[in-house]
Order: sequence, then structure tokens, then C-alpha cells
Amino acid sequence: MANDIKKLTGSQMVIEALHRENTEVVFGYPGGAIMNVYDEIYKQNYFQHILTKHEQAAIHAADSYARSTGKVGVAIVTSGPGFTNAVTGLATAYTDSIPMVVISGQVPTTVIGTDAFQEIDAVGISRSCTKHNFLVSDIKDLTRVLKIAFHLARSGRPGPVHIDLPKDVSAELAEFNYEQEFDLPTYKPTTKGNLRQIKSALEHISKAKKPLIYVGGGAVLSNCYEDIREFAHQTKIPVVETLMARGVMRSDDELLFGMLGMHGEYAANMAMSQTDMIICLGARFDDRVTGRLDKFAKKAHVVHVDIDPASIAKIVKPNYPIVGDLAIVMKQILDHLKDFDFNDYSSWVDTLKGYQKEHPLTYHEDSDRLKPQWVIQRTGELLGDDALISTDVGQHQMWTAQFYPFNYPRQFMTSGGLGTMGVGLPYAMGVKRANPDKISVNFTGDGSIMMNIQEIITCTQYNLPHINIILNNNYLGMVRQWQTRFYEDRLAETILDTQANFQMLAESMGGVGYKVHTKEEFDAALKDAVASNKTALIEVIVDRREEVLPMVPNGHALDEMLLLEKEGDK
Amino acid sequence: MGSFKDFYNSETKREVLSVIVVNKDSVLSRIVDLFSARGYNIDSLTVAPVPNSEYSRITIVTFGKARTIDQIVKQLNKLVPVFKVTEHRDVIEKDTVLVKVPLDQNLSDVDVLARAYNGHIQNVTDEAIVLSATDEPHRIANFIKVIQKYKPLEIVRSGVVAMER
Repeated sequence: MANDIKKLTGSQMVIEALHRENTEVVFGYPGGAIMNVYDEIYKQNYFQHILTKHEQAAIHAADSYARSTGKVGVAIVTSGPGFTNAVTGLATAYTDSIPMVVISGQVPTTVIGTDAFQEIDAVGISRSCTKHNFLVSDIKDLTRVLKIAFHLARSGRPGPVHIDLPKDVSAELAEFNYEQEFDLPTYKPTTKGNLRQIKSALEHISKAKKPLIYVGGGAVLSNCYEDIREFAHQTKIPVVETLMARGVMRSDDELLFGMLGMHGEYAANMAMSQTDMIICLGARFDDRVTGRLDKFAKKAHVVHVDIDPASIAKIVKPNYPIVGDLAIVMKQILDHLKDFDFNDYSSWVDTLKGYQKEHPLTYHEDSDRLKPQWVIQRTGELLGDDALISTDVGQHQMWTAQFYPFNYPRQFMTSGGLGTMGVGLPYAMGVKRANPDKISVNFTGDGSIMMNIQEIITCTQYNLPHINIILNNNYLGMVRQWQTRFYEDRLAETILDTQANFQMLAESMGGVGYKVHTKEEFDAALKDAVASNKTALIEVIVDRREEVLPMVPNGHALDEMLLLEKEGDK
Repeated sequence: MGSFKDFYNSETKREVLSVIVVNKDSVLSRIVDLFSARGYNIDSLTVAPVPNSEYSRITIVTFGKARTIDQIVKQLNKLVPVFKVTEHRDVIEKDTVLVKVPLDQNLSDVDVLARAYNGHIQNVTDEAIVLSATDEPHRIANFIKVIQKYKPLEIVRSGVVAMER
């Protein structure tokens, strides 16, 4: 049956294409302009549809489904407000290069441009926050658009692709032959690295005195963590990770010196400041990583491997630019490793270990109050590799990145580039749907959790239990920390002293709630929440004024960190 | 990092780019959006179909530091409907201008001036004449400056088209 050509409606084509792309779940929300498609969703048995309570959450859930599996996430929304609610989700996925296909309904082609009911220029809006988008005005284009959309989403530098489907087109008939090849002469991502360039880079690396592997989210997206571990272990070159790369190295790896950047570990930031050879693997020299650019890694030569040529020399001009899929380039590197005689870097590694000892990543315990970092560490001790971790955005996000023992990639779902508050709960929902055998945990704050709290009902309805650990400090903590440090503690609109009763809130939506003040209570609540198999809100009352440290203040160099005061100095 | 002074701190330079695109999926908006979203400059932009093909050629005159130009070219290439971007080095550039001058001006002066810039009188009505001139962009800019003396009623420029020698 694979090759016969049949006539289908636009809506049927959508269903068939999703099926052929092995879509097993779609997150979405119906409405007028997308009703034809929903009618076909009703009739089919290929995939599950999960109806969220808000379109934003549907996109985030599809996004985290993609983050945790590497497959293309799929979401469907209606025109106008359905689509505009989806925009934050698209932008979040776009900045972190997450493969997704989002289909929105549009008013019929006959009324496009007339300010019809629920009409908005969707492709005009999504242009700057998608890898590519399509307005399908002719049914004859739809097969091509669907197939190319999936191809674009997952190939090259991945990203979300948006298809805007007018209602009349979704009802029209045309031939559907999904097996045919569609030529795309303008889109040919480079996947294999230039071998000569790779060899020159290896030659230079082998002679460096203080080389440093700087790993980014590209290492996760291209599924090559094993080769990166192999490369580090064979050469004994130390490694630092970005927020998006947590888990590429095991947390207990001797060569890993932690996360770098604004809230990076002391040793990681010192390593980056002093290295003479940066080996950048799928990272993009984000401003949160480099700190003040003219003082960044002044002594370093740079090897930069990235699939996106535009990421190379955007911020830092490398001596060895290598465009290619990191998975393929890593194989090329490993194939030629034995041709080079690498220096002994042990004294460099010892220097970094010294930094680690001097200012380890830690916090001061307090007998009266729970520390947020302890909660995260403790969760790591209790759940470890069994848990997949999502976060919202703020202090809790940085503490999670610092203190949770990530041991494999795709264990950590977080909005790195866009920094979208409110992703955590829908992320944990999408993660649970994709990984039913894992425990899905969302570390969140008392600010972020309220942004998509309604989705607890969705999780109850579809049996997607997960655990939200709310580190409650009655503040928008990260902004509060900046206000304290840089605005003389004027706490403009960051005090959250009127709050929901989280226990009742959870229970009202079919979940289970806990309020926790002590370590013993936390252990008991976490164990109970895991056993309950319900969506849980564990509200943990933490030290209100705890800060995320180290911190590189805006406009400062990476080695100019505000550090945790030693216990005796207080 | 220190060895790339030219890249980070170069002089602002003018750059003529030819962008060959598939004329689909609002490619022109994508290009214009890209320039505005990333804060790049457009000095001139012309579009026309490439004969006997499904492609169009967009000629863009922009200016920026070496690093900015490098990014513009890469970001343009990244757009899905963009087939090829050429940074012109040795190039013939032409720009056309139409100027409407009132009839009460010294017409022989105006005619001589137009001829000096490869132009001539295109049309005469009982109120005004229309001149056209086609020349290199900096010469056209000069022509426009000089023609101000004759109180032009309207000036229309085509934008730059370019071809590698």
C-alpha cells in the first residue's frame, strides 16, 4: 500500500503525515478554524491527543517530549488567539533548537486579509521564532509542506516549524503520496566536518598546555555524549558544561569541572579564563557564559564545532571553525586521535582541582531553615538517575543546574535561551508522557509555578503523574537577588506574600499536596509523592534570602565572581 | 582572541550582496525581517526574477563592520528559501533615477547635466520634463545633489543592481 496514490482531504493528510512520521502523541486545543482536522483526529487511532488547558502548555509539553526523546514534538492549535498563545512555546523551543512541528488553523483563504473573526497573520508573527514556517494556500502543496516541515525540524540545527492551515484548504481534496521525494535545493546543511581543519585543530590541541572542552546543548541534540566522554578520557582534557549540556558528562566524572557562566562553578569559570585552547563542542558563547566579552578567555585559541555556520564567529572568532554535525565530527576526531601525541595535561587538571577545593560548590546549612540547595541535593540522593528533571526559570533553575547530579543527557529539561517562566509543569507533563517508567520531577519557584498551574488537571485526566517541588521563598527570587545586589534592596514587585494554599490547590485538581518545613518532612513527602502516583505539589518553605552563588555580575569578566563567604567570615 | 582586531574593530564598509532565492514562502519579508530583527542596515534593495528559472535575485547594498557583514551573509544563507549569497568584490553597479523638473527651468542646462550622467530627457508635458539617468550609485547621488538647483518636483531612484565583472 506504500506507493499507491489516493485522494485525501487536507485534514486527512495531516493525520496520515503524522502517522508516517511515527507521531504517537499530539498536544493541542481545538477551535473554529482547526475543526476539520479535529474531526479527523476523532476518527483516527494512530496517536493520542492530549487536550491541555491552555495552548501555551500544549506547545511546552510537545517541546519537552522532544527534549527528552529526541523525536519531533507535535502540537495543534486553532487560529487567532489559539496561535498567539502558542508563540511563547515556539520561541522557547526556537532559542534552544528543539525539533517541533506546530500546526495552526487559519481562517479560510477566501477571507484572509479581511480581519475575519479569529484571524491573525500567524506566519508573520512566527517568522522570527521558528526555523521555518508555511502558510498553505493550495491543497496541492500540503503533502510537500508536511513532509518538509518534519525534515526541517529534525535536520541540521533542529528547531520548531510552523504550518498555518486555512480551514478551506483543510477540507479540499488532493492526491497524497507521502513517499515521494521533495527536492529542497536551497537547504543542504553541512554534516561532515572538514577533515583537514579537524586535523589542524587536533594538532594544535595536542600541543596546548591548558586545553578545555566547552560542551553545549548541541552535544545533547546530536546524541554524541559517549564520544565526547571518550574524547575527554582518552586525552585527559578537562571539561566544562553549559546549562544546556548538563548530563553530557557524568556528574562524578573526574574531568568535569561543572557548569560555567554567570552562575557557574568557580573552578569552571577559572578554567575558562585561563585556558589556552577552547574546544567548543556545540555551544554558542552565549552572553550568560562569556561574561564581559573583551576580557573573555584572553589567552585562548579557539576550536568551534557547530552545525550552524551562523553560530561560528558570531561572538568569538575561532582559529579553527568546523561546520558539521557534532556526532559526525566527534567520530572523525576519534578516528584520528591516535595520529597525535597529546601533551600531559595533569598539572592543568591539578590546578583546576585546586580551584575546586578552594571554592567548592556549596552552601551554608542553617538549623532553623531549609536551604533550597539541600532540597535539590537530597532529591538527587533519593531519586538520582531514576528521575528526569524539569525546571522553571529563576533561582531554583540555577540551583538545580548546580546541585542535581545529572548523569546522562536528556535528563534535564530547562528553558535555557529564552528563560521562559511557566514551562516547568508542562515540561514535566510532556516528559512523563514520553517516559512513563521514569519519575518526572519539576523544580520550580512560587512565582513560576503559578504560570501554568491549571495543567495539573490535564495531568490528572491523562494520568501523567509527576512531582512539582516548589522552593517557596515568597519572592520572585532571582529578580529579588538582583534588586538586593544592584538596586539597594528596593524590592519592586517581587514580594509574593499572598499565596495559594498549594495543598488545597493540588487536591482541587486531583493531585496531592504537601507543605514542608524540615528535612524529615521533605523526605516523607517525596517518598509519599512518588508512591501516590498522582501529580504532587510539594511546597518547601526555604530560607527566603538564600542567593545563587557564585555570580558574575553583568558587565564583569568571568573570573570576577561574587563568591559564597566562608562560614567563619560571616 | 587578541589576534582578530580586524574582525572585531574594523572600519564600517559598504557591501553589495546578491541573494538568489526561491520565490516562495514570503521570502522577501524574511529577508527584510532578518535585517530589522538583527539591527543590520539596508541602503538599497532591488528584486527581480532571474530569467528562465524559479529563482529571483535580490540585490542588497548594506554597510557594517567585517563581523556584521560576516553575520549578515551567514544569517541570509540560513534562511530556508535562500539558495546562494554572493559578496561582490569586483562589480559593475548601476542605479537609475527619474527626475521631474518644472518647465520654467533652464532646460538646456538640465539636458547637458543629464547627458553628463548617461541620461536624457524622457518625456515633456506642458508643465514639466522627466529626466532619467543611469550610472554608478555614487554618481547618481551626485547627480541628485546637483539637480536640486533646478527645483525638481519629484525624484525616484531604482536602487542598485550589480553584476560581477
